[in-house]
Amino acid sequence: MSADILLAARGIGKRFGGVQALHDVAVTIRRGEVYGLIGPNGAGKTSFFNVLTGLYSADEGSVLFDGAALPLGAPHRIAGAGIARTFQNIRLFGAMSALENVMVGRHIRLRTGVFGAILRTPAARAEEAATVERARQLLDYVGIGRLAGQQATHLSYGDQRRLEIARALASEPKLLALDEPAAGMNATETAGLRALLEKLRGDGLTVLLIEHDVKLVMGLCDRVAVLDYGEKIAEDVPAVVRGDPRVIAAYLGTEAA
Amino acid sequence: MNGLSAKPGARAGMLLVGLALAVLPLLVGATIGNSWVRILDFALLYVMLALGLNIVVGFAGLLDLGYIAFYAVGAYLYAIISSPHLATAFPAVFAAAPGWPVWLILPLGALLAGSFGVLLGAPTLKLRGDYLAIVTLGFGEIIRIFLNNLNAPLNITNGPQGINNIAPAQVAGLSLGRPVELFGLQLPSVTLHYYFFLALTLLVIFVCVRLQDSRLGRAWVAIREDEVAARACGINTRNVKLLAFGLGATFGGVAGGLFAGFQGFVSPESFGLLESVMVLCMVVLGGMGHIPGVILGAVLLSLLPEVLRWGAAPLQQLLFGKVLIDPESLRLLLFGVALVLVMRFRPAGLWPSALRRRELDAHEAAPGDAA
Repeated sequence: MSADILLAARGIGKRFGGVQALHDVAVTIRRGEVYGLIGPNGAGKTSFFNVLTGLYSADEGSVLFDGAALPLGAPHRIAGAGIARTFQNIRLFGAMSALENVMVGRHIRLRTGVFGAILRTPAARAEEAATVERARQLLDYVGIGRLAGQQATHLSYGDQRRLEIARALASEPKLLALDEPAAGMNATETAGLRALLEKLRGDGLTVLLIEHDVKLVMGLCDRVAVLDYGEKIAEDVPAVVRGDPRVIAAYLGTEAA
Repeated sequence: MNGLSAKPGARAGMLLVGLALAVLPLLVGATIGNSWVRILDFALLYVMLALGLNIVVGFAGLLDLGYIAFYAVGAYLYAIISSPHLATAFPAVFAAAPGWPVWLILPLGALLAGSFGVLLGAPTLKLRGDYLAIVTLGFGEIIRIFLNNLNAPLNITNGPQGINNIAPAQVAGLSLGRPVELFGLQLPSVTLHYYFFLALTLLVIFVCVRLQDSRLGRAWVAIREDEVAARACGINTRNVKLLAFGLGATFGGVAGGLFAGFQGFVSPESFGLLESVMVLCMVVLGGMGHIPGVILGAVLLSLLPEVLRWGAAPLQQLLFGKVLIDPESLRLLLFGVALVLVMRFRPAGLWPSALRRRELDAHEAAPGDAA
């Protein structure tokens, strides 16, 4: 396995009862690229995504991430290994402020335990101050620094998306996995999101993008994979994938024989 | 949010509150009698209990209907060690009550209750809401029934009769059970207990504030708000929930030990479901997850029944010229009415945290906006 490959999923299979949601899916993501995963509704995109981030356990297959086997089925350990995610239907900690949401995102990188917290040891104090500082930087980075004190549920839709990305970045991920970040966004918000993703790529972050908005994926991604009925039917640069007859068939249907 | 800020104004305010709390039992004892100081003592115990339950219910959002079991564990540990019960039940093994010092029993009670907390937490990790409530309710009852029946084959708890003759706590060689003369001032046992309980209550508040304002406190609230997202953020929800159960139970264990030493007698009757519900009411009515609110809820709900008991008869005499309804039954009725009214008009509790209040306001405003 060459050093520039960050993630290699092999033979991933997942069944829900009698439904084969994923069948023998293999994906390789290289360091520093924006990798798109598209497919029609029900193709298994989100299932695959949930396997990668540990929310579902896989029935078959394994994932090699940054040189080590990914602990599938254990979300918090996967977060620790360096995969951070956002959710299709935004999942923020509603009663907390934007700043606190990002601070929770840093949880896995912090060490303070019960006694450190109660005694407020110098180490705990320093860690807490650094966490606040880092959270503020991240809010500035995604462009909502002025909203730090606002309650998460009071942010606009687009800003909630940005907050979720900031929270994911707080764990210092090697791979940022975004589940349909443009869903429900208007044209202006999508353009803003795209600019943010370009910025992330510019800073060398590897991004896995699941998206419905084919235009966004084709314009942004370095490589794209297409899922249909739980199987990967294509994987290449956007220009090639766009012309692939199987992809066209998956999206538009085949002509009646 | 910094609960222990060092602003001069806040410091002066805290000094005033501290002074008021110090003088309170003396004033109350001198004016309306020592039975009210006793009620204050119980109010302090309930503050500790409510703050402990608040960690589980308020912070981590895990509904616990069996919390009083931890109070029972702490109380029985203290009772068994500080009473002649062991010597009577097992004369071959114990010549007299072990009578360990209070600074050893209380932490032991905390530890034991905390372990029971983890024990309860472990099978409930995947449960939420109503299911969790049912399991915790069952746990609370199991502990009570055990206490009721553990008098055979080995008499450990003395069954339904309970344990008697529990020695009061000794602090710095001073028994809290006997009155003390200080600067010509007679301090009765209830007042001594008041100061002892107050000191421990302040410690509990301090620990709660520190925990809330930490990585762990944030993790609890994150789990309450969205468990799936919390896991995706790298929070080990299993451990963090068990910590909530364990730490919450710890406070219950300490309060239980204090209760046993104060009361001198424990029996399973004191640890029924109604007590669990009462403590839960204090947390919810005061303002879930908000420490000052929970304290307010505990103080109000422990004083209110006594005030009603005390005021109901004279008030009826004044209004109708005679006592129409027995104060004892009226007390529960009025208590229920008060609960319903508070929940109807202040659903977030009497004193909710600022963020939570705004959230509820927003929910109420939303339908109005659409209309």
